[in-house]
Amino acid sequence: MLTLTHFLVLAAILFAISVLGIFLNRKNVIVLLMAIELMLLAVNFNFIAFSHYLSDTAGQIFVFFILTVAAAESAIGLAILVVLFRNLQTINVEDLGSLKG
Amino acid sequence: MNWADLNLVPVMPEIFLISALSVILLLDLFISDAKRGITYGLSLLTLAGTAALQVYTFEPYAQYTLSNMFVADPLASLVKLAMYGATAMILVYSRQYAADRDMFKGEFFTLALFALFGMNVMVSASHFLSLYMGLELLSLSLYALIALQRDSVPATEAAMKYFVLGALASGLLLYGMSMVYGATGTLEIAAIAKSIHGGSANQLLLVFGLVFLVAGLAFKLGAVPFHMWIPDVYQGSPTAITLMIGAAPKLAAFVFIFRILVQGLDGLTGDWQSMLAIMAVLSMAIGNITAIAQTNLKRMLAYSTISHMGFLLLGLLAGNEQGYSSALFYAVTYVLTTLASFGVIMALSRAGFECDKLEDLKGLNSRNSWYAALMLLTMFSLAGIPPLVGFYAKFAVIKAIVDIGLVKLAVFAVAMSLIGAFYYLRVVKHMYFDEVQDTSPIVVRGDMQLVLSLNALALLVLGVLPERLIEICVEAMKQSLTVL
Amino acid sequence: MDMKSLYLLIALAPLAGSLIAGLFGWAIGRRASHVVTILGVAVSAVLSLKVLSGFISGQTEVFNGSVYTWLTVGGHEYAVGFLVDKLTAMMMVVVSCVSLMVHIYTIGYMQEDPGYQRFFSYISLFTFSMLMLVMSNNFIQLFFGWEAVGLVSYLLIGFWFKRPTATFANLKAFLVNRVGDFGFLLGIGLVLAHFGGSLNYNDVFAAAPALANKTIQIFPGVEWSLMTVTCILLFVGAMGKSAQFPLHVWLPDSMEGPTPISALIHAATMVTAGLFMVSRMSPLFEMSDTALNFVMISGTITALFMGFLGIVQNDIKKVVAYSTLSQLGYMTVALGASAYSAAMFHVMTHAFFKALLFLGAGSVIMGMHHDQDMRNMGGLRKYMPITWITSLIGSLALIGTPFFSGFYSKDSIIEAVAASHLPFAGVAYWALIIGVFVTAFYSFRMYFLVFHGKERWMENHGAHHGHDDDHDDEEPSTDHHHGLGPNDKPHESPWVVTLPLLALAIPSVLIGFFAIEPLLFGDFFKGAITIDALKHPGMHELAEEFHGPVAMAVHALSTLPFWLALSGVVVAWFFYLKAPQIPAAIKQQFSAVHKVLENKYYLDDLYFNLFAKGARALGTLFWKVGDMLLIDGLMVNGTAKLVGVFSRLTRKLQTGFIYSYATTMIIGVLGLMTLWFAGIILR
Repeated sequence: MLTLTHFLVLAAILFAISVLGIFLNRKNVIVLLMAIELMLLAVNFNFIAFSHYLSDTAGQIFVFFILTVAAAESAIGLAILVVLFRNLQTINVEDLGSLKG
Repeated sequence: MNWADLNLVPVMPEIFLISALSVILLLDLFISDAKRGITYGLSLLTLAGTAALQVYTFEPYAQYTLSNMFVADPLASLVKLAMYGATAMILVYSRQYAADRDMFKGEFFTLALFALFGMNVMVSASHFLSLYMGLELLSLSLYALIALQRDSVPATEAAMKYFVLGALASGLLLYGMSMVYGATGTLEIAAIAKSIHGGSANQLLLVFGLVFLVAGLAFKLGAVPFHMWIPDVYQGSPTAITLMIGAAPKLAAFVFIFRILVQGLDGLTGDWQSMLAIMAVLSMAIGNITAIAQTNLKRMLAYSTISHMGFLLLGLLAGNEQGYSSALFYAVTYVLTTLASFGVIMALSRAGFECDKLEDLKGLNSRNSWYAALMLLTMFSLAGIPPLVGFYAKFAVIKAIVDIGLVKLAVFAVAMSLIGAFYYLRVVKHMYFDEVQDTSPIVVRGDMQLVLSLNALALLVLGVLPERLIEICVEAMKQSLTVL
Repeated sequence: MDMKSLYLLIALAPLAGSLIAGLFGWAIGRRASHVVTILGVAVSAVLSLKVLSGFISGQTEVFNGSVYTWLTVGGHEYAVGFLVDKLTAMMMVVVSCVSLMVHIYTIGYMQEDPGYQRFFSYISLFTFSMLMLVMSNNFIQLFFGWEAVGLVSYLLIGFWFKRPTATFANLKAFLVNRVGDFGFLLGIGLVLAHFGGSLNYNDVFAAAPALANKTIQIFPGVEWSLMTVTCILLFVGAMGKSAQFPLHVWLPDSMEGPTPISALIHAATMVTAGLFMVSRMSPLFEMSDTALNFVMISGTITALFMGFLGIVQNDIKKVVAYSTLSQLGYMTVALGASAYSAAMFHVMTHAFFKALLFLGAGSVIMGMHHDQDMRNMGGLRKYMPITWITSLIGSLALIGTPFFSGFYSKDSIIEAVAASHLPFAGVAYWALIIGVFVTAFYSFRMYFLVFHGKERWMENHGAHHGHDDDHDDEEPSTDHHHGLGPNDKPHESPWVVTLPLLALAIPSVLIGFFAIEPLLFGDFFKGAITIDALKHPGMHELAEEFHGPVAMAVHALSTLPFWLALSGVVVAWFFYLKAPQIPAAIKQQFSAVHKVLENKYYLDDLYFNLFAKGARALGTLFWKVGDMLLIDGLMVNGTAKLVGVFSRLTRKLQTGFIYSYATTMIIGVLGLMTLWFAGIILR
């Protein structure tokens, strides 16, 4: 029998993977965007699990909104990425370091 | 849901704002670049209309509407009015600046207004969903605004950094929200507070969620260790956009934090107080100390922002009405000061030249003593030198934490603001005692000159006569707290 | 209009004028600048007169209340408040009316000065500050006004800031006043500490009787009466502001400023602030005979010895300046004799006739093309008739000619001192009597030298070119043309200058006659000034002997002061018109005395060498060892270096890479979480 804890642990693992993805990845900015998507999915898992076990639909509705926002966010993220590539001719994370100190 | 019960009066300003915004969005398609002034004028008119509606629909108590997702209370009204003012001033300040940099486009205005709309939602949200939606609307607009100058390398780099870190912060915030939802079974702020007070909430989940919430909120303010984006983004963005990030959103973030921590999670005050205290100490220390080594003016002001957010947190962590109202006063006056400081930077910039290095200010007094004087006022206010308003703001916050017995923290804050005075005064030294390097004339539009002068002089006037504004802040806080 | 807004308007109208002329003077031009400032002060003057007449007719009530709460700290409320009673109303009228005259006069006097607007802005600011000072109902605001008038005085003494002598003089005034203010501030501190924690006059006065016998320890083992120490400290402040011995040295030098401000600030109003303050504090001073004696001694020395100095001056403004010092001494003696009303009466009459004398002197200076040396003048009455007549009136009032205003106030002071029972009163009485002769002598010496006798500007010109003796600190700025040309003649001043002279001449003659009865012997100051009638019955004895102003004047003809004054005039006439060789012979004979007088009793040198140089030497020592080595070297630069090192370190944290930023955030989250769990475990 799957309990709430199983879902929460799964979500936590997904969340941890996505966070690791953000700070271990030193190559491609697109991977960062993917990690962010994954993080939002982990949160969605949480909401749905809670919603189910609390028998409260508000959590599931929240998930719809998160999904929508995530789509918009990806769109803007990719747009910035395109502009960045045009300027730098690279999307390597390590090349994004001119502002520092 | 019963449509007859739907009370749209408290939402009127927002409805007007979004409608006018849509009209501007459409109209702008038919306006040629040469006539972009029309969009500019319409945007200012929209702000004026929204502000008028805000005043017109004002009630001195909290009104809940839209299925309790939206609250219009005096705190929200006050902060919204301040944000309208700030946005209008930014538009006035940016006009020439944006035109010189090929940014004077329809997107500039519509995105700015969308950001404002997002902030309005944040400020008036009384539900996790509306809080999140407002936050994202603000953030997405800002990401796009930073990248508006498409062929600028620093701007696009700043946009990318802000985007990734902002998304990470949203993720943390959402994760925290989901935990609090799981613990209390509701997404409504008032219901969460009730559930925590009733003792039915799961403590472990709750505090686990609190940590993530605080992290996400601290990112918005830019408190250490969630501050890393601030220097890069402030420096990389075009100054007009820096101002859009640095001014009104700080107010929105303040109310955002207030709604979640004070109104929602006040059962956990003891827990978040210590978290805020640590972040406040770190912010004041790292902000002030790192600012000293800066050579870029905008970057220096970014670190100064971090330290000021530390002060703001001090007021919040006092955990009582006095503390909250002093933090509100701090936020309002800080925004006013930021507007003036970046306003002067924009006034001194011209096509093809960014006045963003410290040495660009050298000998400013002999080039134009009026702008030097205005910059002097803002620097003194930031450093907290009486009789400027910055002194009062710091004073009120420090008094609030001394009153709850945190004397050591207060002493630390004073010591840090002393260190901070060094780099503000260095700017003054550059302006008044160094040789001129750049002798090109300073040309500023008349309307900007007027608004900027009034802006900086307001720092002095409010410093001499702070009583009225303090009263307003206290009154707004009192009303918002009695809701509980 | 309710009284609160009326009083606010009185105080703020000059401020508004000052701000407009000061900030926008460059834009609105000279004419608009003087119009706006004069308008502001005129509003104050008219309304002040209305307030005073309201008090006289009994329609106006004493007003005491807060106008604006400035801030509240630790339970202490600091409010801007007004206390307007008859004492205040009288001062308000004096300040605003004299100020109005001076404003008008300035149009003529400063006509060619490039700092025209700045000057108007300053004097209006001064009027505002002085009104705030006299209208205050608490010590903080009193101190604000006190410092603000000091600031404006500093700015105006150094108005011609390109002259090194002017900057020296204003620095001197500033430093000497700091000494006084130090005492004053300590006094206020004592009041705050011991008088119930309030700084409101009424609260302090209410708390005072219970503290009459309280003692405090300043040095271990020595018990001092609280009231005495407080009063003496407050009076030290008054000594600075009202130029009483030994803090009088700044006032003669302050004549470096333009003449209108010498009239307004350094004769009529600001220098009387100290006296006003002591009168206000009369409930406190009445409780300490020691303090009153102290006041009297300081006043006596000033009154007599500063009068002597007036005799040897050749600069027309310096004569009037020393005369002012001496008259301030008279007022201070009156305070010491508990004759506060007589002192305030003399403040009022003196304000009018001394302003008149100063403005007259200014008119002469203008007529002489900014030559101030009396030896180059003479016979001016033909050329400047209005100045001549009005100056004569001023001089007659000053020496105390019966029926003139100065007579009533000065005679009252002398009588009050005679009736005083303080130990020092006997000495003070004789000093004042001698002072009458001295006053008459130097006043008419100046009068005869300037307006009568030979016309000397022709002969002395060229070789001397104005100032030739050891007063070379009078050397004027080059941007002011100076002295009459070979073929010039003195000329009467324009109407904007003569009108104030005439307007001031009227009260100089009349005001004493009409005001003496209500002011001194009526109950005009009732409630504002407190006299302990049992301990200090002087004023009551005087009141019994008083039979109306005419009788007083007639009676005076048979008293010593009148004949001394008359002989002073006669001697002056004989020395300077009849036999000018005599003063020169006396100067030869008593060259040692003359030298002492010329060097102002060597007090300036003493202060300069002992305090200024000594302080400098000490300062240099502290600077070298304390500042350079310890503070700058070790602490400031050390700290700065340390902070700098930290700064460079923390800067390194900002690597510029997204992943390290994200790492920091995650570490932050983990840190907060650890903290919380640690907290849970500890709990």
